Amino acid sequence: MRNIWTIAKREYDHYFISPIAYVVAFLILLTTGGIFVYSLSYYTQSAYQAYGGAPDITPVTGSFGFLLVLTIPAITMRLIADEARMGTLELLLTSPVRDFELVAGKWLGALLFILSILAVTLIYPIILNGIVIGSVTLLPPLVVPGIDRQLMLSNYVGVILAAGAFLAIGVGISAIFTNQIAAFFATLVTFVVLWWLFGFPAAVMQSGSAGQQFFMFLDMKTHFYNAFGSGSIAISDALYFLSLIALGLFTGTTAVEVRRWR
Amino acid sequence: MIQVNGLTKDYGARRAIDNLTFDAEQGEIVGFLGPNGAGKTTTMRILTSYMPPTEGTAIVAGYDVMEESMEVRKRVGYLPETVPLYNDMTALNYLKYMADLRKIPNSEERAYETLDMVNLGDRATSYIGNFSKGMRQRVGLAQALIHRPEVLILDEPTIGLDPAQVVEIRKVIREIGKDRTVLLSTHILTEAQQICDRVLIINKGRIVAEDTPSNLQSRLAGAQRVVLRVRGEVDGLAAKIGEVKGARDVDARQDGSVEFEFSAGQDIRPQVAKTVIEAGFDLLEMRLIGLSLEEIFLELTRENAASKKPS
Repeated sequence: MRNIWTIAKREYDHYFISPIAYVVAFLILLTTGGIFVYSLSYYTQSAYQAYGGAPDITPVTGSFGFLLVLTIPAITMRLIADEARMGTLELLLTSPVRDFELVAGKWLGALLFILSILAVTLIYPIILNGIVIGSVTLLPPLVVPGIDRQLMLSNYVGVILAAGAFLAIGVGISAIFTNQIAAFFATLVTFVVLWWLFGFPAAVMQSGSAGQQFFMFLDMKTHFYNAFGSGSIAISDALYFLSLIALGLFTGTTAVEVRRWR
Repeated sequence: MIQVNGLTKDYGARRAIDNLTFDAEQGEIVGFLGPNGAGKTTTMRILTSYMPPTEGTAIVAGYDVMEESMEVRKRVGYLPETVPLYNDMTALNYLKYMADLRKIPNSEERAYETLDMVNLGDRATSYIGNFSKGMRQRVGLAQALIHRPEVLILDEPTIGLDPAQVVEIRKVIREIGKDRTVLLSTHILTEAQQICDRVLIINKGRIVAEDTPSNLQSRLAGAQRVVLRVRGEVDGLAAKIGEVKGARDVDARQDGSVEFEFSAGQDIRPQVAKTVIEAGFDLLEMRLIGLSLEEIFLELTRENAASKKPS
């Protein structure tokens, strides 16, 4: 298990010297920042307040679904494909490191990077809630008595689980390819299918029918928005994302193993 | 330390190595000679547990490469043909990473020590991406040595280096090979001669010869070839040499030198020198040309072709 950590640490460090990682971080933070500012002006409209809506963090966390679909392929494409191209995979595969540890380490390193970006977005709930320590007000709260904490927690758990699932699939696909551009597009297509295309049959099929249920279950955004996005942390939805993580890591491990036999 | 028995590897329909059997003892440096595509890299990849063989067994450092691959990997240092380096890391961080993957305590200290072994101690904090080919090769070698392995497998360790770097790398390998088993592949016979205790010549996945470098050379050198150079005109020189008893295959070259052969054990060079000088030529140089790997190799494959029907 220590190997997973060693590999994850190198991978995490690598993101901080990689231009793509900075572009991704910039894109995510710019978008969420813009959405946050827009949501603030929306919350202050009297029509919204009359309706009884309370400000919360869902505009920011909700935008992550779309952002992850577009950015994770760029984060994961090189993870194993590039090692294969550079010949360093041969080194790792002849080191006393299990194939699974390699794949899991790469995944964990990428997850830590996404979590770092996510940590920056915590500034938005802080702005909403203000910083009050005892009787000292460092930052006056915008929302009194503060935003819904459970909703915020479930949203962040949802984003983390979705990021974990996307990253695992991305690592798995990166292990199949030696060309990182090929890995990028294959990953993007897979995400588009998971995030959007499964939703279409679910939308047109008869509500409650077995087929509709089936596609609803496969559809990633249903699990993301309807469950975590609305404040509940359900085992079944968590299991959906955890299964995707397991599937992605398994695919990656198998693909690395297959390389040995070729 | 290395025991290979009936090792065979097929890539689809193509047989890369065919029933290889050899061994290597502790403290022995074994050279693997052969042209490109002979199966050297494939053999090395099997011995390092990178890929499984189709048939046969290989025991490295006392463990089976298939059944106990983790134990083998802990005890083997491997320098692949394309030196596996991360250009965005410093030499020190790269070696530290490798040491951490091998769970070596005090990995930073060990990384420094290993860099000193390959004379890169003063460049520890430079990025590998800025290194010259020779330095990259040395970092690769340091990586293979980081865990002080019992068995060292080096795929073309001196390819693409300048002569000074080649000498340096050879020195390092000889030093390391004193108490370890080293298996290295090369194209160059002089390299095998200088470093290896024993040489395996491999062609089309089969071992065609196995001996010490000097035995191999004298065994194959049924004839010795000499190049001779004089000052000024060379007209008639070849004919004069041809008159010396025992001189064969006399060949006047375009560049003004003359080459000839004599049977091993009947050194006719003194007679040739006398003849040349008596004929009024100014003798500048007379030199034995050792058989190159290519010639030995051609010789061996010709033998093979003669004994078997060529496919």
